Amino acid sequence: MLNPHAKLSDRLYGEVEQIPTRTGFGDGVVEAGSQNKDVVLLCCDLTDSTKSAKFRKEFPERFVEVGVAEQNMAGIGAGMAYTGKIPFIVSYAAFNPGRNWDQIRVSICYSDANVKIIGAHAGISVGPDGATHQAMEDVAITRVLPNMTVIVPCDYHDAKKAALAMSKVKGPCYMRFGRENVPVVTTPETPFQIGRAETFRQGKDVTVIACGTLVYEALIAARELEGQGIDVRVINCHTIKPIDREAIINAAKETGAIVTAEEHQIHGGLASAVAEVVVKSHPVPMEFVAVNDRFGESGQPDELMRKFLVKAPNIVWSVKEVLKRK
Amino acid sequence: MEPDINRLEEIANNIRRDIIKSLLEAGSGHSAGPLGMADVFTALYFHVLNHQPENPKWEDRDRFVLSNAHICPVLYATMAHAGYFPVQELMTLRKLGTRLHGHPHKNSLPGLEASGGPLGQGLSIAVGMALTAKIDNKSWRVYCMTGDGEIEEGQAWEAFMFAGKNKLHNLTFIIDRNNIQIDGFTEDVMALEPLRDKLESFGLHVIEVDAHNIRHVIDACNEARAVFEKPTAIIAHSIPGKGVDFMEFKYEWHGKPPNAEEARKALEELDKLRTLGGKIIGEHQ
Repeated sequence: MLNPHAKLSDRLYGEVEQIPTRTGFGDGVVEAGSQNKDVVLLCCDLTDSTKSAKFRKEFPERFVEVGVAEQNMAGIGAGMAYTGKIPFIVSYAAFNPGRNWDQIRVSICYSDANVKIIGAHAGISVGPDGATHQAMEDVAITRVLPNMTVIVPCDYHDAKKAALAMSKVKGPCYMRFGRENVPVVTTPETPFQIGRAETFRQGKDVTVIACGTLVYEALIAARELEGQGIDVRVINCHTIKPIDREAIINAAKETGAIVTAEEHQIHGGLASAVAEVVVKSHPVPMEFVAVNDRFGESGQPDELMRKFLVKAPNIVWSVKEVLKRK
Repeated sequence: MEPDINRLEEIANNIRRDIIKSLLEAGSGHSAGPLGMADVFTALYFHVLNHQPENPKWEDRDRFVLSNAHICPVLYATMAHAGYFPVQELMTLRKLGTRLHGHPHKNSLPGLEASGGPLGQGLSIAVGMALTAKIDNKSWRVYCMTGDGEIEEGQAWEAFMFAGKNKLHNLTFIIDRNNIQIDGFTEDVMALEPLRDKLESFGLHVIEVDAHNIRHVIDACNEARAVFEKPTAIIAHSIPGKGVDFMEFKYEWHGKPPNAEEARKALEELDKLRTLGGKIIGEHQ
């Protein structure tokens, strides 16, 4: 059953509200800017689509248009952070951190600079723009950087809270989210703390650890599996790094099988992060729902989610597979 | 304040000596660039920069960013002579446990304003700092040293473009125009000329100086302060390996340290210069 402490939307299994996660970022960063005058926002010619326009309108003197130059943006962000600012550097995940990884590594992470990196339009659900713009490697390449925090919010409220929370922690953070409307799973009351995974659904047979858009899919899968007599725990693992070891180890011990689910390549993302904890601390059978080591293509978001096997039915299938080995 | 050029030249020579000694001790590192920039670093740290070595986190200090960070032996030697840390510590360069890494790490040593190594990054960092000063109405200035080979990186031109467009007049780039890089002479490896025209077309005020004439370097920095409409790029024409005859002009000395015999010869030469009244003799006087 759903965890009452998670205070999820009461419309979750009904007429669920749909809002793009990026809108949550846009509202959250304005909130961060209201609370702290040191918050600045830098953008690379993508102000509207990254939902940064509201910040630009509210705080024009703290908005920096960098033009199409993501490497420069990362460096400028670092320089501003060294001199007391809290810069959010914003572009599409394909370019930020895709294009400017070296700058993020040295100018930002090596100096532990207080820069917040925002990767919009991540995942296969970017849709018609095609593979070049469907960043599905970004979690892997940010997760390996020392000092970095990596966050993948599951919906509007998660992203809004994450943006505000990032502005209040010291050090480099990366947050990624997609373009499309996403079912709003959580509410303003749902707890959110960087580094703490939230159990959205209690269960004893198997745990699905999901992030981003796959959290909703996991909840849908869990309801279907309930009908088949399988009791599924669902965890929203919004912080990929530092990962919530305790939640993962408890899931391994208490449910004995784990499926991860994410809109990212199967290598290096949430699947790897969870597996690293499981194999060391309490090995149990695992399955991974993720994009299987291939590039995307053009198409409608939902068509692509199905074709690339990152929908609720894929979670259902993976749960049954993993249970065979439990 | 009128600079005491004789004194500054003597300091520059001592910095050169410590560059040679620390490179010999380290057993690896870059020789030509650091020697070539010793006069400019002396001008900066002993006259131009508004800073407090004993209080490296002083909020209103001028910021100096070394973007061509592989020439850090000259930065370390200059900082030591300026009082940021003991001169003896230079002998720990590149060794386990040191604060003086092969390429600078900002958080290891107070007074370092940025980490560096991968080329092109310091220019953007300097732009970010200048932007903060502008937004906050601060009067401190930002100086960024970059190498000529370094600006083959596209990021450098992104930074120039942004600085020019935003009229960051509190920002001064100093380009070490020594014409060499690892694979050869810059104009053979990847031509930069007409460099002045390129920089001007990106919205920068350009000054060209003899990098070994400390008075001219100081004058150029003062001129940059007086220009309110544009950031400035000082093209500092330098002799790589300056002060050590067998290293001068030779790109082979870009990326290697002297061995014991070479270091002995180098120090002997630098000693001779010192006995000539602290002057770097030659074509620049």
